Amino acid sequence: MALKIEGDVGRFKQIVRGRVRKDLKKFMSSGELIGRQGKDVVSIPLPQIQLPRFRFGDNEEGGVGSGEGEEGQPVDGDGDGTGKAGNAPGEHVLEVDVTLEELAEIMGEELELPRIEPRGSKQIQAKKDRYTRVSSVGPDALRHFKRTYKQALRRQIAAGSYNPAKPSVVPIRHDTRYRSWKEDAKPERNAVILYMMDVSGSMGAAQKEIVRIEAFWIDTWLRSQYDGLETRYIIHDAAAKEVDRDTFFHTRESGGTLISTAYKLCRKIIQADYPTADWNIYPFQFSDGDNWSGSDTRDCMKMLEEDLLPASNVFCYGQVESEYGSGQFLGDLTKQFAEDDRVITSKIADKDAIQASIKTFLGKGR
Amino acid sequence: MSQDLFDIRFRHGLPEHLQEVQREVARVAADAGLDTFPVVFEMVSSEEMSMLAAYGGFPTRYPHWRFGMEFEQLHKSYTYGLSKIYEMVINTDPCYAYLMDCNSDMDQKLVMAHVYGHCDFFKNNLWFAHTNRKMVDEMANHAVRVRRIADRFGVQRVEEFIDCCLSVENLIDPHAVAIRRQSEADDPIQASLRQAAEDGEEPERPDAALFKGPVDRSYMEIYVNPPAEVERRQEEALQRSQAPRKVPEHPERDVLGFILEHGPLSPWEAEILAIIREEALYFAPQGQTKIMNEGWATFWHTRLMTEQLATTGEIVDYADHHSGTVAMSPYRLNPYKLGLELFRDVEARWDTGRHGREYDACEDLRERKEWFRDERGGMEKIFQVRRIYNDLQFVDAFLTEDFCREHGFFTYGYDKKSKQHLVESRRFADVKGKLLDQLTNFGQPIIEVVDANAENRGELLLVHRHTGSDLDAAWAETTLSNLVRLWRRPVILETELNDKRMHIRHDGTECTRKAVGAGEETA
Repeated sequence: MALKIEGDVGRFKQIVRGRVRKDLKKFMSSGELIGRQGKDVVSIPLPQIQLPRFRFGDNEEGGVGSGEGEEGQPVDGDGDGTGKAGNAPGEHVLEVDVTLEELAEIMGEELELPRIEPRGSKQIQAKKDRYTRVSSVGPDALRHFKRTYKQALRRQIAAGSYNPAKPSVVPIRHDTRYRSWKEDAKPERNAVILYMMDVSGSMGAAQKEIVRIEAFWIDTWLRSQYDGLETRYIIHDAAAKEVDRDTFFHTRESGGTLISTAYKLCRKIIQADYPTADWNIYPFQFSDGDNWSGSDTRDCMKMLEEDLLPASNVFCYGQVESEYGSGQFLGDLTKQFAEDDRVITSKIADKDAIQASIKTFLGKGR
Repeated sequence: MSQDLFDIRFRHGLPEHLQEVQREVARVAADAGLDTFPVVFEMVSSEEMSMLAAYGGFPTRYPHWRFGMEFEQLHKSYTYGLSKIYEMVINTDPCYAYLMDCNSDMDQKLVMAHVYGHCDFFKNNLWFAHTNRKMVDEMANHAVRVRRIADRFGVQRVEEFIDCCLSVENLIDPHAVAIRRQSEADDPIQASLRQAAEDGEEPERPDAALFKGPVDRSYMEIYVNPPAEVERRQEEALQRSQAPRKVPEHPERDVLGFILEHGPLSPWEAEILAIIREEALYFAPQGQTKIMNEGWATFWHTRLMTEQLATTGEIVDYADHHSGTVAMSPYRLNPYKLGLELFRDVEARWDTGRHGREYDACEDLRERKEWFRDERGGMEKIFQVRRIYNDLQFVDAFLTEDFCREHGFFTYGYDKKSKQHLVESRRFADVKGKLLDQLTNFGQPIIEVVDANAENRGELLLVHRHTGSDLDAAWAETTLSNLVRLWRRPVILETELNDKRMHIRHDGTECTRKAVGAGEETA
């Protein structure tokens, strides 16, 4: 049943979206939303959505309670207690749940991101069972009463044993009908993001924070564009290894930097798990631009050209400014692939640049 | 009972076996002396319940996003299992009550008994006497009017205006409905003096006869109407007529009513403001009697359930549910529990004669403990209490030191150093004082209109009656900006911040703060 209040709920959501949009830039550069993320929703604190009124200030809070405790001792128990939610206004900042899908939509509108055209016929036929058929055999749990009685009625009428004046329909075993399934093939588009990050000594905590925020928004957007999204994480210094998400953002190694090791691992993962015919592949590399040697950089370019680029939708390289990094790699990359729009590079000076860099990465619509 | 409580018209929506329960509850309640409107129960789903709760219990309200927000919060909180609304009842005749369709039958029985308690309270408590018992229709009419206005003047515009009105919704005078203030227009002497001044006549003292009281015997004349007093009144009236007229004449707590009467509102704006004010006044008594209302309903559901309604099979579930209802948290006094215990205490005291001067004066603890006068006036007393008191008076009159000690009440405050709440005091005077503070004006600041022509520039001067707690300055500023939207001229709020008298002035674009009688300081 449609509820009368739906109009008001819709209006409320519209207002929330307006507020989120207004503050999107702030959210994008502060990383405030990460950690507030559930499975499908992000809860966003929106203090300004409450209606203002004259009220007493916070330092006045206090009241009357009951229970144990001497004077000067802390009041026991948790703040909420049992019972009903308080109707005292404004004690906590209002948090609004926005689904990741909605967030992506807002972000897409705000940054004017184009929808992604999946390349080629990269579709997996996913099979799904839907219970739309009726069959004459099956388990009792799936018995279809209406059809069973219909069948019994039909049989009785045909046999002439049905009396409209005294309608009684008695199904026999033969009449029983069961719900049954049909296999539906549904095209599904899948994508994988392969994050690579340099964790050598020159990447500090501030740089990693930037990568973390970028990754959150990239995930959010690509998830909204594909039916299934997988993420893999590769860290490297002089050697590369695959790690889980948590390790990815919190590891700090020392030592040199050989970017080619990460590319090699990336290539291995793609070849092993993600046949290019079925997957949209997005390698994202973040680094401060240092590489050990010119020869290693040449190896990288070769690998990009021959293996990674043909497999990927785009290859994105984000260079995070750090006081130790030389930033050399960005120059090498742009020189080599100046004409190639499969390579997107972006320079992220600080948190405020995150928004622009995301627009660069995702603005191509591929 | 004059009403037919079993009127068949009102029973749609309730399954057969619950109609049976309702009949029984109604009979038992009537036997106990509860005097209610006919009660109409409706079964609703959890979603509908959240909707009704967001709407304040009414099926139709004017469109506004705030209802949507409340619905979202309530429904989410229910879905996550954090809270559950068992029942809602509204103050109307017939009294509509909603039952959640997933309640167990025992819950429904308990809830019905509870509802009959509320309904008796709505009908009989004096503070509800002025409320419109056909409010369901009235609210629906409001909805239609607001929709029509929105159609004509634009949804966004109307919504923004409603936002402004709602942000000052609490600036009403809950007593306004009971007060008939004498205005200058009602004073014939002042009216005639002003008339004379307008006609260009020299001001002269009004006729002495106007100030004299009736005298039966002429020798009494100089005692009833002493010449000096008559002269003083004549003089006073003359001076008053010549002094510049002040608007409002006396500080006015009904800020909404004042703006409605004197503000430069367009007709549709005035219509909306009047609607908001009317609804706020309708809901005000429920805020004034939260403890009593819940206490009374809880008192009766316990009594009716345990003495008559609950079957042996239900009693354990009943006890479980009831203990949840009256559970106390150390941080908050549960109004259900406080009200219930106070009513029980009053009943017991008036049954045993533990009240009055003699008892209060008695200091012998043993004698007090064993005090017994066979009065049996408890039941009569609580019925009287439910008729004439509101929460503030109720707590003031019946919260005794013994009661306070027995229930272990204390006051607490926030300690900035340790960043937690600490027990402050267990003294009776402190506890009662704090509780009464919280109940005064619904625990909200008292703000009055003092001058509609401040600085002789048509600015609106409001004064916050500071009672020991400061206002939240940031909130006050945004609220002021909304008031400017209504008044269309700068609005000044006089209040006290950190022990300094301050003027917070908002002119629509910026807000300034000024210590009273000192230089300016920009916020």
